[in-house]
Amino acid sequence: MAETTHSHSESPEEFKKHLGKYYAVFVALICLTAITVGVSYLKLESRGLAIAIALVIASVKAGLVAAVFMHLIDEKKVIYAVLILTALFFLLVLGLPSLTVYEHGPAFQGQ
Amino acid sequence: MAEAAAHHESPIPYMVQPHPVTGIPNGKFGIWLFLASEVMLFGALFSSYVLIRTGAPHWPPEGGLTSEIVNVPLGTLNTAVLITSSITMVLSWASCKMGSLPRFKLWMAATIGLASVFLVIKYFEYKHKFDLGHFPSHDNFYAIYFTLTGLHGLHIIGGIIVNTFLLTAGSKMWTTDPEHFTNRVENAGLYWHFVDLVWIFLFPSLYLL
Repeated sequence: MAETTHSHSESPEEFKKHLGKYYAVFVALICLTAITVGVSYLKLESRGLAIAIALVIASVKAGLVAAVFMHLIDEKKVIYAVLILTALFFLLVLGLPSLTVYEHGPAFQGQ
Repeated sequence: MAEAAAHHESPIPYMVQPHPVTGIPNGKFGIWLFLASEVMLFGALFSSYVLIRTGAPHWPPEGGLTSEIVNVPLGTLNTAVLITSSITMVLSWASCKMGSLPRFKLWMAATIGLASVFLVIKYFEYKHKFDLGHFPSHDNFYAIYFTLTGLHGLHIIGGIIVNTFLLTAGSKMWTTDPEHFTNRVENAGLYWHFVDLVWIFLFPSLYLL
């Protein structure tokens, strides 16, 4: 990776140029929160669709925070490596319930 | 030690200069490894939430909709408060990068203030539920609600402690080693944004769906 945009060599004047994107992300996060709450008040008939919409918006918000506030958009390879490994294990942990529900599904329905 | 002294005055090497292997200062690498472990901590609880929820005949167990038993306006307000605290945190770090300690102190104090507001709002939410007799033992919804929001609240308290240190006694480092201090603020910021990021998923999961 190239040197990060907030490198040691950057002067305060040069750094000031980055402030705009932080404000833009802040506005986007507030707007996306309003959209999430607004959609929830629609009381969509399909709960699956409601969950999908809310999680997609949450993922976009999380992506903005990680990419801009946490500078992941321009980071070193070692951090990407750590996060890829973390993401794999995170998905594995999230996937575990599907196996459990599959094996014990009837028990939950009182059979 | 001699090598560390050659780079800077810190007893721990590579706290300012990037480590030759990783390309980043050790402190930053450390905080990212810590955040990776945090992902697994919250991931395990999210996984438990999915298991409990998908296994329940109805969610929430006592009937109705989730949005009817939690306070959505207060949850939304808290989300806005936390998002705002994230940008004040970024601006406190940016102030260090731009060489202004007074501005750093202003934005960091705002971050701590907003974090405290979040906890106060959470206190009122919890109090209302306790007044109704809805403790974690009430049902599975309240069990997972209090576990996830409680653990998140502990992280908020941890962030307040670290940020208060940086605002007060810790800021003395600005006069002796401003770059190291700026890195500390960045690391505290990475943690704080992660706490915000967790809430971004907790809010729709526990309040809206």
